[in-house]
Amino acid sequence: MSISIALATVVLLAVVVLVVSAPLRAAGRALDPESQEAGGRHAARESAADRAELETAREAKYREIRDAELDYRTGKLSREDYDAVDRALRAEAIEILDRLEAPEEDCPKPRAS
Amino acid sequence: MALLGRACLLLALAVCVYGIGASLYGVRTGRSEWSESGRRAVYALAGILTVAFAVLEIAFLRDDFGFNTVAGTSSSTTPTFYKAAAVWSSQEGSLLLWAWLLSLWSSLVLFLTRRRLRDVAAYATAVLLGFGGFFVSLMVFYATPFATTSPAPADGVGLDPLLRHPSMMIHPPMLYSGYTLCTIPLAFGIGALLARRVDAEWIRATRRFAFAAWFFLGIGILLGARWSYAELGWGGYWGWDPVENASLMPWLTATAFLHSLMIQEKRGMLKMWNVSLVLATGTLAIMGTFLVRSGILSSIHAFGGATLGVPFVTLIAVLVAASIYLVVSRRDMLRTEHRLDSLLSRESIFLANNIVLVALCFVIFWGTYFPLISEAFTGQAASVGPPWFDRYTVPLALVLVLLSGIGPVIAWRRATLANARKNFVAPLLVAAATLIALIGAGIGAKPFAIAMFCCAAFVLGSVGQEFFRGVRARRAMAREPAPTALMALIRRNRRRYGGYIVHIGMATLFVGVAASSSFQHASELGLSRGQSTKVGAYTIRYVRPTATITPKDDRAHTGATLSLGAVLDVTKRGRHVATLRPSEGFYDSGDPSQGSVGHFIGGQAVSHVSMSAGVTRDVWTAIAPDISTPQLKRVIDIGNKTIPLVRPDEGLLAIAYMARAYLQNPPQAQFHFIVSPLVMWIWIGGFIGFAGGLIAIWPAPSTVRRRVAVRSSARAARSRLQRA
Amino acid sequence: MNPARKRTVRLTVALSAAVVLASALIYTSFSAASPALSPSQLTHQAQPGRSYQVTGSVVAGSVHHDGSILDFSVEDRTGGTTVPVVYTGTVPDPFREGREVIVTVRKQGGRFLGERDSLITKCPSKYKTAPPAASSGGSGGPKSGY
Repeated sequence: MSISIALATVVLLAVVVLVVSAPLRAAGRALDPESQEAGGRHAARESAADRAELETAREAKYREIRDAELDYRTGKLSREDYDAVDRALRAEAIEILDRLEAPEEDCPKPRAS
Repeated sequence: MALLGRACLLLALAVCVYGIGASLYGVRTGRSEWSESGRRAVYALAGILTVAFAVLEIAFLRDDFGFNTVAGTSSSTTPTFYKAAAVWSSQEGSLLLWAWLLSLWSSLVLFLTRRRLRDVAAYATAVLLGFGGFFVSLMVFYATPFATTSPAPADGVGLDPLLRHPSMMIHPPMLYSGYTLCTIPLAFGIGALLARRVDAEWIRATRRFAFAAWFFLGIGILLGARWSYAELGWGGYWGWDPVENASLMPWLTATAFLHSLMIQEKRGMLKMWNVSLVLATGTLAIMGTFLVRSGILSSIHAFGGATLGVPFVTLIAVLVAASIYLVVSRRDMLRTEHRLDSLLSRESIFLANNIVLVALCFVIFWGTYFPLISEAFTGQAASVGPPWFDRYTVPLALVLVLLSGIGPVIAWRRATLANARKNFVAPLLVAAATLIALIGAGIGAKPFAIAMFCCAAFVLGSVGQEFFRGVRARRAMAREPAPTALMALIRRNRRRYGGYIVHIGMATLFVGVAASSSFQHASELGLSRGQSTKVGAYTIRYVRPTATITPKDDRAHTGATLSLGAVLDVTKRGRHVATLRPSEGFYDSGDPSQGSVGHFIGGQAVSHVSMSAGVTRDVWTAIAPDISTPQLKRVIDIGNKTIPLVRPDEGLLAIAYMARAYLQNPPQAQFHFIVSPLVMWIWIGGFIGFAGGLIAIWPAPSTVRRRVAVRSSARAARSRLQRA
Repeated sequence: MNPARKRTVRLTVALSAAVVLASALIYTSFSAASPALSPSQLTHQAQPGRSYQVTGSVVAGSVHHDGSILDFSVEDRTGGTTVPVVYTGTVPDPFREGREVIVTVRKQGGRFLGERDSLITKCPSKYKTAPPAASSGGSGGPKSGY
């Protein structure tokens, strides 16, 4: 009984150490020229995350535009305030769309970590 | 097995210490692999604690009485469901549950933010591992769940009968989920302040967790109130007990935070409020966790365990000091350019909402900790009772409900007379009509209750108006039939309309509270068989007594050896209202000194209330049967003298004889009888509120787009966005 | 009035109101509170008419039900002085001899009248750190759990 418990503990310890030290070992390897491809994959993952971030921001901006319109239609924003707010929000939305489109025109470069 | 559990705890502690160091090193030196490693330490912690929890759970399910906690809270005759849940009914087990839940939520939030908020998340990791390490240290050094005794006892003591109710088993995990979830926004708030990045990003990342904390805490509180009402023998749902208050306080600040962050998103205002509320919520959650197990305040929950007091007080002191320091030193970043334009605006209503909720929290805080405060100032510990709490919380609650009706319909920035006329007329008419109807119906002179009903009517009016106008606006654009428009409206504006539904739920809940407090009718009755008496408009008749015996090896739900009760018939003006069957269960004490018969019923006595719940009122009763009559006492005495301890079957026969004697000649019994109007609407209101909350937080369907589609739809979107 | 000054005025008014309300709250809490005493302190300090919260254990053999009235005595946790209490109202389920209770009382003559529904009984130690289990399996008595 105690042998199996000791074994289980050792296994658990090993798994924990492996999991926790993985980034440190990966960082060590990244200075290696052969891992440029891995670096490229890493960069691609990074830019995908940035895209997701921008898409979330875009959806949030659309929601704000809809919200403002609903506020106006239910009497909580005056006409002048609505026009000003709406114009500002749409400008911000266009800005986000610009940033979403821009990276597609460049080639994704592998980034050295 | 216990060895594995202990090893897990030590490993967990090591992982916490490492993770704190790695995260801080990573963020200070900019070397992201170390921050990454720190984050993985949290995942590892979750894994380790899952193993530890599984070890304990398995010990309970396998009746491994070598574990002290198993022997102390479970037994071989405990039903399996309660065995599984008994894990968290002890100090040590509940600490493990807390730490485990914390590690799970922390892993989730760090996984979801793994690509963003680098600095903030790294600091947050350190804070969360700090909490985890604190709780694990408590288990390693003070109260370990894996203490064993050898040789193992033959059986355990069993679960306290008061806890043998499903909602009492779900209540702790719900509450603990709420408490642990409160620490997530706290950690990210501290991280944001440390990293000097108090923009909206950290809020976006933790908003879901703040909501989840609000949600689970709220359900935990409501379940506790429901249990207290339906199961305990005092017929109330809220007693301003310190432990009840401890869970309510972080919920109030969490509510304030959820509202106030809307203002930060829309207008960039109230940043200082938001960080302060987040820090307060987390600190109050830790204080709540501490209060239940410290024994510093007298309540039905708090007792013993002074050993844990010092570490907790230290932690709380550190949290408070650090919070104040961080907010004060970063106050420049928390200033806003925008200011309140007018006191009559939506922004100022939200601000007022913050203030009222914080004021409520302060009142409750003061009242709850008053014994300590008065002892510190006067040397004499004194406590305040429910009347003091009610005096201050009732008016504040009224203002809160009123604000929840004004908020949805008041204009942004500056409310003019014109839009006030447009927006407030209908709700005010609804409130006025309600007032007239109530006065006309001759509802007695209860000003607070009437005020609450009118405020609730105002809320219903204003929210109803919002839905109506929203549907009308949608139909003007989309030409849909009204029901479809309503669904589409809610689906596309979840936060807004979900939030409105929460307000309706809360208003309903307060109506139930006001009605059941102000118009309750409670009385103590002494009835003999066949006797009837009048209570207000109700006539109550003691029809006949009841008695049941549970044999030793019956895995019945209650497990009481003997249950004595009565059947009551309740009528109102000749019409049958309810048949109530209250009883009191007498449990085995396991104490041989009470005699071979006496011990069977010498343990805990638990009242099983009987209730007829209705839409308009609840009829509730509890019985205190008299088992100390000379006749019944004689049975016990003779049994104790003649029946040996080692013949429990004969002892049970004596109990059966006692039951029969009770049935044949029941003595007068005491009944606690309560009629409470509109209690059911408290639970209904709570349900509506939480359903609304779910709608508000439900993510909009995420559409998966390919790059090509994005490009073309972006162009189309751009042209739509560029208005003439 | 320029906006900055208006804001300062608003802030001052708000803070003053808060201070006034908080003071009212604090003042009433001290006057409305019942001091928490042990039975020995109660016998020395109690004045007729004021309400006190007494904490202690229920003395064995002192519990009598008389209709809706409950008579019992409370003694110091460490033993010693006992105080007789006459109580009406809800009696919590865990109440029995030897348990720790808290009840709000008012002195009347030599007895203490318990305030209605103010009796609280502490749940048997759910959260005490489990003591090393005594050999409870060895007594040979009936072993029935729940």
